[in-house]
Amino acid sequence: MFTGFFNTLRNEGVPVSLTEWMTMMEALNKGLAGASLNGFYYLARAVLVKSETYYDRFDMAFFRYFQNVETSPELAERVLKWLEKSLPPLQVDARQRQPFAPWDLEEMRKALEERLAQQKEEHHGGGHWIGTGGTSPFGHSGYHPAGLRIGGESVNRSAVKVAAQRRYRDFRTDETLSTRQFEVALRKLRELSHNMEGPRDELDLEGTIDATCQKAGQLELVWERPKKNIIKLVLMMDSGGSMNPYSSLCSRLFNAAGKVSHFKDTRFYYFHNCIYQRLYLDPSCREDASVPTAEVLNNLSQDYRLILVGDASMSTGELMMTGGTISWKDYNEEPGLVWLQRLAAHFKHAAWLNPIPNSYWPATLGYETIKIISRVFPMFELTIDGLEQSMKVLKARR
Amino acid sequence: MERMPAFDSTADYLVSNELRNAVNISVALGRPLLIKGEPGTGKTMLAKAIADSLGLSLIIWNIKSTTKAQEGLYVYDTVQRLYDSQFGDQDVSEIKQYIKLGKLGEAFVSDEQLVLLIDEIDKADLEFPNDLLWELDIMNFYIPETKETIQARQRPAVVITSNAEKELPDAFLRRCIFHYIDFPDEEMMARIVRVHFPDLEKALLEEALAAFYWLRSVNGLQKKPSTSELLDWTQALVVGGISYQRICAEIPFLGVLLKKNQDFELVLRRLQSGGLQQKATSIHTRRGY
Repeated sequence: MFTGFFNTLRNEGVPVSLTEWMTMMEALNKGLAGASLNGFYYLARAVLVKSETYYDRFDMAFFRYFQNVETSPELAERVLKWLEKSLPPLQVDARQRQPFAPWDLEEMRKALEERLAQQKEEHHGGGHWIGTGGTSPFGHSGYHPAGLRIGGESVNRSAVKVAAQRRYRDFRTDETLSTRQFEVALRKLRELSHNMEGPRDELDLEGTIDATCQKAGQLELVWERPKKNIIKLVLMMDSGGSMNPYSSLCSRLFNAAGKVSHFKDTRFYYFHNCIYQRLYLDPSCREDASVPTAEVLNNLSQDYRLILVGDASMSTGELMMTGGTISWKDYNEEPGLVWLQRLAAHFKHAAWLNPIPNSYWPATLGYETIKIISRVFPMFELTIDGLEQSMKVLKARR
Repeated sequence: MERMPAFDSTADYLVSNELRNAVNISVALGRPLLIKGEPGTGKTMLAKAIADSLGLSLIIWNIKSTTKAQEGLYVYDTVQRLYDSQFGDQDVSEIKQYIKLGKLGEAFVSDEQLVLLIDEIDKADLEFPNDLLWELDIMNFYIPETKETIQARQRPAVVITSNAEKELPDAFLRRCIFHYIDFPDEEMMARIVRVHFPDLEKALLEEALAAFYWLRSVNGLQKKPSTSELLDWTQALVVGGISYQRICAEIPFLGVLLKKNQDFELVLRRLQSGGLQQKATSIHTRRGY
């Protein structure tokens, strides 16, 4: 039953497994959906979707699968079958909520048929399904779809329509993200080691056993220092004009990196479109707050993890030519690409985060330079998914 | 299957239809219910409400970053036994006296069905949920030291809350029923406040809610005020005897709602530029959120 829905969900990218699908079948057999599409919507969402980040995709799949459900005879039969199974619990509900007595399956069938016929007339070809009106006559007035607005009493919105509203769009992980989400992603970047100062407050089991045996069974506790992250991070961010639309997004990433205190060291630098002989210490890219790039390379050891943030979009001259820099004050002796390659050679772990969505890369204005730069640095889009992929690159050697 | 009485709102906890459905689905299927949602939407309170509504008792297992799955089952106090063997006059051959059941173990051996809340599961180590898979699924565990199997006498209704600080493993998620608690809209919020302050003046409540939702709509807040803060604030307004005319104009006791310095300053700046008065009318007519 509804195998098509299962496939639609998977096509939409909701990770539904067979285990969950079987649970769903069990729930339907127990009649937990009630005899309404809304009940089905909430049941399916509770059982099949395991994160609010997939609510949106679920809504879209649900909408796709149920929006064009015609009121065909097979369907009516399907609904009836479903109805039959959910009768006992329904009766209980009906008695609790609404005086609908006496009723039986026959009556339900008739009511349903009428409803189906009616809908065909009203909706001209039946765009939507039973329960869309939110005035389901099946004793489920409590189950009205507007429940999405918590406790709302409206009866106007159907599950399909609610699904079509895509209220959970903000939770998608491939959407761009908040400081907190950045922090969570950055926490994945860790490499634990003992060699740190700090209190010895963790029980060393092996050592304790050893020492206790040495003392012939007299308990001797041995403590050691807890493991700490030894990863050092350096962030370089493009603060050029083309980055303005993304400035709040990028500053959130920087905030997060600053707040995540588990790195051994975090450094921030800024550049304008591309990196040349100087790196800047603040986003305004002023000469008096800058350091020579070569000095940065000398000072930071190779095990620093390098994250570059930028749209990688510029004229090819800025990347490939001497004197190509956009800032007319400083003439660059070497093309930007050489500097980028130098950085890539120095830092063994590096990644480029691009606030322009992945799918636009081939079509955006800077497609040429994006292509060239992504050959030097592995490039990811600046979303949770992209950031997580980049963490893998930063953890393991390229 | 024996049908459980259905869960519903209690005197001091209002529940949305979807959440009520999710709870009843999880109880009927005997699967743990995983609850996520913004802080202050009553995730933890839900378990208490379920227990109250179904007339069951509640066991709370608070998870901390150091909690191990094993602790929830049982702890074998070997150190005590070792000490006893060295200095004590106790008989240490009886291992059973050194086995102490954890929260999950307690829930299993209880004669009556109860509600088990595993609070903030994401605080623990990444592998923590995986270590509990079998126990939550099959509802038993084995104690090798005493060669005993602890089997749940009554399958407890398990509620698990998470603040999404860590991702939970897929295998674990597959076995859960999931629900995300939305932030309440104004209408629901008014009902929630009424539950706690039945005698509140209507005008005061309206003004307080308008100010509250305006605050939440301010762009750039690091921490938006939540339900529990609104309740505290309402309490402060009542105790402070603030008249409703003043609420939107100056938002008294702002510190109750905002906990971060930057947020505080941001809102003060907006207030001075008359942000709330302009917005207040639109908030009143806005539906949903």
